Amino acid sequence: MPKTTAYQAIIEHISILDENANFDSQLGDGVMTDEQALHLYEHMCTCRELDEVAFKLQRSGRMGTYPQNKGQEAAAVGVALALQKGKDWIVPSYRENAALFMHGLPMHYIFMYWMGDERGSQMPEGVNVTPLSVPIGTHMLHATGIAWAEKLRKSDGVAATFFGDGATSEGDFHEAMNFASTLKVGVVFIGQNNGWAISVPRSKQMNSETLCQKALAYGMPTVRVDGNDIYAVHYAAKDAVARARAGEGPTFIECVTYRLGDHTTADDARRYRDEQEVEAWRNRDPILRVRKYLTAKGSWDDARDEALKAKAKKIVAEVVDAAINVAPPETTDFFDDMYESLPEDLRRQRETMRTSSLGQDPSQVGLNAQAASVEGR
Amino acid sequence: MATLNLVQAITLTLQQAMQADERVILLGEDVGLNGGVFRVTDGLQAQFGEHRVVDTPLAESGIIGTAIGLAINGMRPIPEIQFEGFLGPAYDQIVNHAARYRNRTRGAIPVPVTIRVPVGGGIHAPELHSDSPETIYAHSPGIKVVYPTTPSDAKGLLTAAIRDPDPVIFFEPKKVYRSFREEVSEDDYEIEIGKAKVVNEGSDLTIVTWGASLFECLGAMDNAPDDVDIELIDLRTIFPMDIDTIAESVEKTGRCIVVHEAPLTGGMGAEVSARIQERCFLHLEAPVQRVTGFDTIMPFYKLENEYLVDAKRIGSAIAETLAY
Repeated sequence: MPKTTAYQAIIEHISILDENANFDSQLGDGVMTDEQALHLYEHMCTCRELDEVAFKLQRSGRMGTYPQNKGQEAAAVGVALALQKGKDWIVPSYRENAALFMHGLPMHYIFMYWMGDERGSQMPEGVNVTPLSVPIGTHMLHATGIAWAEKLRKSDGVAATFFGDGATSEGDFHEAMNFASTLKVGVVFIGQNNGWAISVPRSKQMNSETLCQKALAYGMPTVRVDGNDIYAVHYAAKDAVARARAGEGPTFIECVTYRLGDHTTADDARRYRDEQEVEAWRNRDPILRVRKYLTAKGSWDDARDEALKAKAKKIVAEVVDAAINVAPPETTDFFDDMYESLPEDLRRQRETMRTSSLGQDPSQVGLNAQAASVEGR
Repeated sequence: MATLNLVQAITLTLQQAMQADERVILLGEDVGLNGGVFRVTDGLQAQFGEHRVVDTPLAESGIIGTAIGLAINGMRPIPEIQFEGFLGPAYDQIVNHAARYRNRTRGAIPVPVTIRVPVGGGIHAPELHSDSPETIYAHSPGIKVVYPTTPSDAKGLLTAAIRDPDPVIFFEPKKVYRSFREEVSEDDYEIEIGKAKVVNEGSDLTIVTWGASLFECLGAMDNAPDDVDIELIDLRTIFPMDIDTIAESVEKTGRCIVVHEAPLTGGMGAEVSARIQERCFLHLEAPVQRVTGFDTIMPFYKLENEYLVDAKRIGSAIAETLAY
C-alpha cells in the first residue's frame, strides 16, 4: 500500500495595520468603524497611563508587586470589543486590564487587588469577569466550564480567556482545550504570545513554531494574528465569538505580541533580554501605529492627542484616589467569606483571634487565673 | 422506606437531586452509559440524558476545573473522581480554586460543587485505589469534607452537600458500598454537615471514628467485657468537625480512642486528640489513644488487612485505655 496523508493543516496569519501604519483595506475594511478605532485608541492610552502610574506607586511603596501590561494592550481591546458586556464572560490571567475595564470592571479594582485587598476581586453584580489568576494556566478550565453552562442552558453567551505562551506548557491548558473542543462549547482562547515566560524564551518553552499548532491537536479552529494590531485581533475575535455564539465551538487565537516592561515590578528583564530586541518591539507598539493611521486619515491630530493625555492623567489620578482612599478592611474580613455561613469552630476563632489561645476553654486550663496573675504583677 | 445499600442510597439521592433541580449535572469518567465503575450513577444517563450525565475526557483536573466554571455560571455540578488515588491531578483545582473562590472574591463568586470520591481500602483493589486522604482536604480552608458511613446518613448528607452553597468533597467508603443494607427514607431529608452522630451511648469510654472503621469498632465493642460501656461516635463530617459532640462525650467518659484508616502522623486523629486536651483536660482519666493506619504506603492487597485498623487492635486500645 502506498503511504497516504493522514492529516494536513494550514495556519493562517493575519496582519491588517502594520507597524508603519500600512493598512490592508482588503482584509481590514469593515472590521471596525473609525469611531470604534478611536475609542480603542483612547482606552489603550488611558490603560498605558494607568500602567505607568502603577509602576510609580510600586516604586514609591504604595503598591505591592505589579505586572505591567505595557505593549500588550491591542490583544485585550481587540477581543473585548467583540464581547457583550453583562452577557459574555472574561476569564483573565493578569496582563489584559484593558479588556476587563471595557467589560465593566471598575478601574480602581485592579489597583485594590495589587494593593493587597481582596475587595478588588469582589466583582460588582452583572460584571462577568472572574478575578485575576496568578497561578499560570489553570484558569482556562473555568472558561470552558462557564461556556459549558451556557450551552446547557441553551443560552449563547461566550467565555473569552487570556493566557500567555508559558501557560500553554501547563497540563490544564491542554485539558481546557480538549474539553472545550470535545464538548463543543463557546470558548475563545486567546494566547498572548509575548515571547517570554519571565526569563524563559519561547524557544526553551516549546519546540512548536506556533502556539496555534497546539489547537490543531484538539481539532480546534485556530488563527495567528499580529497581536499588536487592533484590527487583526478584532478580525479574529469577531469571527471566533460569532462561531461560539452560533454553537460551533471554541477557537484558539494566537496573538503575537511583546511585553515592553518587566514580568512584574519584582523582575529585571535586562538580566535576560537584549535591549535591541526590546527597542525593535517599541517600534511595533500597538498604540503608536493606531495614532499614525488615524492621524494620516485626518481623524486625529496632535492637539487632540495632548487633550487625551491630560484626560487620561485625570482619570488615572481619580483611580489612584479611589483605590488609596478605600475604607480599610475589617480585621475579621478574611473569616467572613470562607463559607456562606461561618461554621461554629471558625466563629470561635474569629471572636477570639486577639484575646485567647485558639480553642482553649479558659475554665479548664486556668488561663483566667494566669491572666489575673499577670495583671496583678 | 426502602432497604438499600450505600451505592443504592447514593444513586437514589442523585436521582432525586436531578429531578428536583435542573442545574444539577453529573460529570466524570465512565459515569454515563457505564454507570460509573462502582455503578453509583447506573441508569441515570438513560433517565436524564447525555447532557446531564456526562462522560468527560479522562482528565481529573479538567473534570474539577470545568465543574468550577459550571458552578460559577449557575450550575450545580457533581463531578465524580473515580478513586481517591486519582485526586492528585485535581488537587490544584480543588484547593487553589474551588476552595478559595468565595473568599478571594469576598463573597461575589461562590463555587457550589459537590465532588464525589470513593475512598479507603478493604476491597482488594490495585494500587492507588485504597488510600484515605481526607486530612489533606480538611487542612485546606474553604472546602467541607464529608465522610458518611451508612446508607441513610449518606443520603441526608449528600442532599445537604448538593444544596450547600460551598464546595464539598464527599468521600464514599467503598468497603461499605455493598456490605450491608438498611432502611432509607425515600422522602426528601437533609443531615446537617458538621454534625457527628452518637451511634451507641456509653459511660466508660468514647470511640470517635468514621468510614469503614466504624464496623471494626462495633466488632471490638462486641468483644469487650459486658460491664464495659462504650460510647461510639461516627464523626460523619471531617471538616467542619463537631468538636462539641466529642467534648460532651469525653467529659462524661474521661477516656477516648480515635480510630481511622488514614496514616497516624498529622491525621485527623491528631486534631481530635488536640481538641480533646484543649477542651476536656481536667476530665481525662487516660491519654487519648489513636488506632490508625501506619505512616507507610498503603500496601497492595495481599497485605492490606495488616494495614487496616481491625477489631483486635481497637480491642487492645480499649483494654489499655480502661486500665490506665
